[in-house]
Amino acid sequence: MTVNLATRTTPMPLAGGLAWRLVERNLLVYRRIWLLIVSGFFEPVFYLLSLGVGIGALVGTVAGPDGRAIEYTAFVAPALLAASAMNGAVYDSTMNVFFKLKYAKTYDAMLSTPLGPADIAVGEILWAQLRGTLYSATFLLVMAALGLIDSWWALLALPATMLIGLAFAAVGMAATSFMRGWQDFEFVQLAILPMFLFSTTFFPLSVYPRPLQLVVQLTPLFHGIELVRPLTTGAGIGIGLLGHALYFVGLAAIGLAVTARRLEKLLLK
Amino acid sequence: MTEPDPAEQLVHARGLTKRFGDFTAVDGIDVDVRRGEAFGFLGPNGAGKSSTMRMIACVSPVTDGTLRVLGRDPATDGAWIRGRLGVVPQEDSLDLELTVRENLLVYGRYFGLPKPLIRERAEELLDFVQLTDKRDAKVDALSGGMKRRLTIARSLINEPEVLLLDEPTTGLDPQARHVLWDRLFRLKQQGVTLILTTHYMDEAEQLCDRLVVMDKAHIVAEGSPAELIGQWSAREVVEVRFAPGDHEAMAGKVEDLGSRVEVLPDRLLLYTEDGDAAAAAVHERGLHPVGLLVRRSTLEDVFLRLTGRTLVD
Ligand SMILES: Nc1ncnc2c1ncn2[C@@H]1O[C@H](COP(=O)(O)OP(=O)(O)OP(=O)(O)O)[C@@H](O)[C@H]1O
Ligand SMILES: [Mg+2]
Repeated sequence: MTVNLATRTTPMPLAGGLAWRLVERNLLVYRRIWLLIVSGFFEPVFYLLSLGVGIGALVGTVAGPDGRAIEYTAFVAPALLAASAMNGAVYDSTMNVFFKLKYAKTYDAMLSTPLGPADIAVGEILWAQLRGTLYSATFLLVMAALGLIDSWWALLALPATMLIGLAFAAVGMAATSFMRGWQDFEFVQLAILPMFLFSTTFFPLSVYPRPLQLVVQLTPLFHGIELVRPLTTGAGIGIGLLGHALYFVGLAAIGLAVTARRLEKLLLK
Repeated sequence: MTEPDPAEQLVHARGLTKRFGDFTAVDGIDVDVRRGEAFGFLGPNGAGKSSTMRMIACVSPVTDGTLRVLGRDPATDGAWIRGRLGVVPQEDSLDLELTVRENLLVYGRYFGLPKPLIRERAEELLDFVQLTDKRDAKVDALSGGMKRRLTIARSLINEPEVLLLDEPTTGLDPQARHVLWDRLFRLKQQGVTLILTTHYMDEAEQLCDRLVVMDKAHIVAEGSPAELIGQWSAREVVEVRFAPGDHEAMAGKVEDLGSRVEVLPDRLLLYTEDGDAAAAAVHERGLHPVGLLVRRSTLEDVFLRLTGRTLVD
């Protein structure tokens, strides 16, 4: 289609300003089904108690971010924290968004109001991220209660997980905008599950052969764990953490831009 | 042609065109809608009515031509315009995850209205569309007519200057349609400009001050219902029914009795200024019709003449 995108799209800084109204809508919906949200929180807690505590009893200590030995549970917990941010964000920005996009026509109705595609993109991503944040915050409290936090740097772990959630939500929603049917969501599972298992969640990077290490280092969750683990353990804090943070800022920006574009193409025909 | 005052011209389209790939859904139409009037788009399936409505609603980019809504360009001021429109789309797009009342509350927030104001308006609107007793029901539990009424209530939450209604009563039973017409008529009296599409002649005659007939992406006629009838049909119509299969042959024997004769599968339509005289003549000629009916000419006849189709789906 030969549509002049430049004049038709609201300028990016302006667009998205009405996104909060969408978050309000989702809050209203979820007020009734809060149980659904609660269940998502237990998953990482179960992992922590079974694998972390269980295997921890067998292994004892592993090499921490700075190479010094730390308790296995303290090693696994921040990884599960990053993963919980990922899971919360991805869950909402994929299946739920797809349903609203293809079946419920929720966005068609919104577009008859002053809201534009960018507002919808920002609103849904923000919402998904908030859900991720809720998981992360409660998980952090569990970690604190179990004595798995060894540093005041852990205060920064919450904003860090928010950033991780934001990026995963943005990428998740962008991917969703390309999905043709429910079967395509298998790909999401196919991406999430191995990432969860292999991104140094349960073992240090050194256990893998070199080629596999390179693959692992490319995954977003690896960067998320690299960012969070030093913060909660207090080991290996350095300027390198900013690099990981920037990685997520970039990912979020790309995901957001793609989502807004795709929504415009899909909905404003 | 003298151009009307732009401030009073809520929709102004010249050469308005919508293409989907190679397919042209709306082909260079000219439309003017004035403040306070009820304007109708009439046409068979696929004529391009919804495509036109979506462009006016600023949810479908214009492919070619000029379009001004409330004096502004949808390409640059879409959000501003949408804030002043009410939209009832062809397919209901109610929020199924919310209750009846919440649908109004949330929709009002999309327009940035303060919550107390929305709550107040929601009560009034629920009353207006007679859904107060369903206020806490899930949308799923509503009948088709109730959903339509709720969609109309929703479209009014921002007190729009213009209300766009795409087939507001399709699929409703006669009683539900009359309730809706009554509500639309009241809105019009309150000064809301109505733009609607319909397949129903009676709806167009009841509600529209002016209308255009669309067929295959073009506007084929334009005017008030009375003007259209005067221009495209005779004053009265005699419907003559013969045995099945005889209509084609009988047409030749009666065609001199009126200005025109139309052959339908089940009857002949004889257009004339004096229906009773023509009916008498049919009998005098000893043609023995199975049935015969004299009636006033309607928009349906105009539509048949212009598009070669009856309107009822
Ligand atoms: N998104 C689209 N992509 C491709 N073609 C489309 C699209 N929307 C509409 N069309 C085509 O454009 C033509 C006009 O459609 P439109 O919906 O405007 O008709 P309409 O007059 O509203 O018909 P109806 O009375 O059935 O609602 C149809 O042939 C339709 O198939
Ligand atoms: Mg239509």
